[in-house]
Amino acid sequence: MDKKVLLIEDEPNIIEAISFILSRDGWEVKTHSNGHDAMDAVRARRPDLVILDVMLPGKSGFDILQEIRADAELGATPVLMLTARGQVKDRELAEKSGVSRYMTKPFANADVLEAVRSMVCP
Amino acid sequence: MPESSMIGTRIRERRVMNGIRQSDLARMVGISPSYLNLIEHNRRRIGGKTLLKLAEALEVEPSALSEGAEATLLAALREAAGAQSELGIETDRVQEFAGRFSGWANLLARLHARVESLERTVETLTDRLAHDPHLAASLHEVISSVTAIRSTSSILVETEALEPEWQARFHRNIDEDSRRLAEGAESLVRYLEGAASSEADIKSPQDELQAFLTRNGFHFPSLEGDASGPFEITTIIEAADELGTEAARRLARDTLDQYRADARVLQLAPFLEEVRRDPSPERLAQVFCCGLPLIFRRLAALPESEIGLIGLVICDMSGALIFRRPFPGFVMPRDAAACALWPLFQVLGQPQIPVRAQMRQAGRGQETVLALAAAEQIWPATFDHPALLRSHMLILPETYGRAGDPVRDVGASCRICPLRECRARREPSIVADGF
Repeated sequence: MDKKVLLIEDEPNIIEAISFILSRDGWEVKTHSNGHDAMDAVRARRPDLVILDVMLPGKSGFDILQEIRADAELGATPVLMLTARGQVKDRELAEKSGVSRYMTKPFANADVLEAVRSMVCP
Repeated sequence: MPESSMIGTRIRERRVMNGIRQSDLARMVGISPSYLNLIEHNRRRIGGKTLLKLAEALEVEPSALSEGAEATLLAALREAAGAQSELGIETDRVQEFAGRFSGWANLLARLHARVESLERTVETLTDRLAHDPHLAASLHEVISSVTAIRSTSSILVETEALEPEWQARFHRNIDEDSRRLAEGAESLVRYLEGAASSEADIKSPQDELQAFLTRNGFHFPSLEGDASGPFEITTIIEAADELGTEAARRLARDTLDQYRADARVLQLAPFLEEVRRDPSPERLAQVFCCGLPLIFRRLAALPESEIGLIGLVICDMSGALIFRRPFPGFVMPRDAAACALWPLFQVLGQPQIPVRAQMRQAGRGQETVLALAAAEQIWPATFDHPALLRSHMLILPETYGRAGDPVRDVGASCRICPLRECRARREPSIVADGF
């Protein structure tokens, strides 16, 4: 299947763990670890799915999500958002910005796999 | 009603307050009683010499009778009324109100100012918690490292035949993240401890009293002598910087009155002699032929150098804690209602039967202590009124207790109590289910 996932996250050990479980599941995983030029990375990689952390250095995940949705070519890309805060306000903001799915840290690996599989039809 | 017209009302109020008859006041300022009557009913304008003479006769500043002195008060009252506009306050009669009831009006204005300043304090505190960057950063750090540990450890457990290189790598990651987690947790604890002490500037009268008693070690040598009286109490209170409010000084006076009354009945020298021989409260009550509550209070009025660790908590019939000499490690809630399982409350139900119980407060590292509780009637019953009781609970180190007695698990107050399945619980705990 070899679908492409772009993981935008700044914690190296979380990157390593998610990359590992997704690669073992047959995904091609690319990573990016800051907010400034995350949009450039999305454009360059053209992933089938983006996993996006909310708290990124340089730019917030919400802003990046809005930029993706505003882009004519990439606007339909499914986005799974990871956040360390389960507050209602954050969830509302994410939904308003057009998130496809939303997951709170800490998460179970199986949940991430299930979410990613259900968001991209092979 | 125009402001100037209300001068008459103020003159009348002031005259009545001073107990002067209208005709007498008229004679004192050299006008006819009927003219003064017209002035007092705001039917005649008044100014110049007559106003000055009236002010002199009534022993007030002329400005207190004229409207100028009230301008700021009127503005404050209008502001207070504006904040509660839904009440339909008679703002058109504000001068009349301020003129007739200047004390009440000043009180209202002052309370309004106080409410405003308290509201600002609450806002600042809420803001501090919700938007504190340090708190947010610490929490983020903790959650990030927990996320990494959770994900990595389940890879280690769930992946069959994981290559040794990956295994080593994930082990190293877990080690790294657990260190970060430890640091993050530590800085959270430091922050929360700091936050608690930064509340020090918000104090209730009870807090002021507590600070005052603590500084004095709950012992007042100048009240121990036979000769001591209200003068000694006043001297102590006036010298106490902690007692900033009138309410706190009042509480301190009540507490010290009780202290002095107790010290007269049970004088220090003979009491101390018996305490040194054997401090068992039951024995002391027999030796001095008095009730346990008095013995408890006198023991808790001894300096720590004589009695060692000792705690005392007293409550009234509603269960409100009205006196607290803290015992290290035993939590006595400041504002919230205390744990219903304390022997302190048990004796209110059977005032003639004192209770001895070993108890341990739920929570990490809590020691077992010995609690002795007894109630005292402070006012006898009548056919219209029940008797008034006060319950006392003395807290002593476990060594005073009898080995082998059962230990009762109690809490401090429900909100911070981790005891599970407690029949006495009246509200959910913020710690029991949190982690």
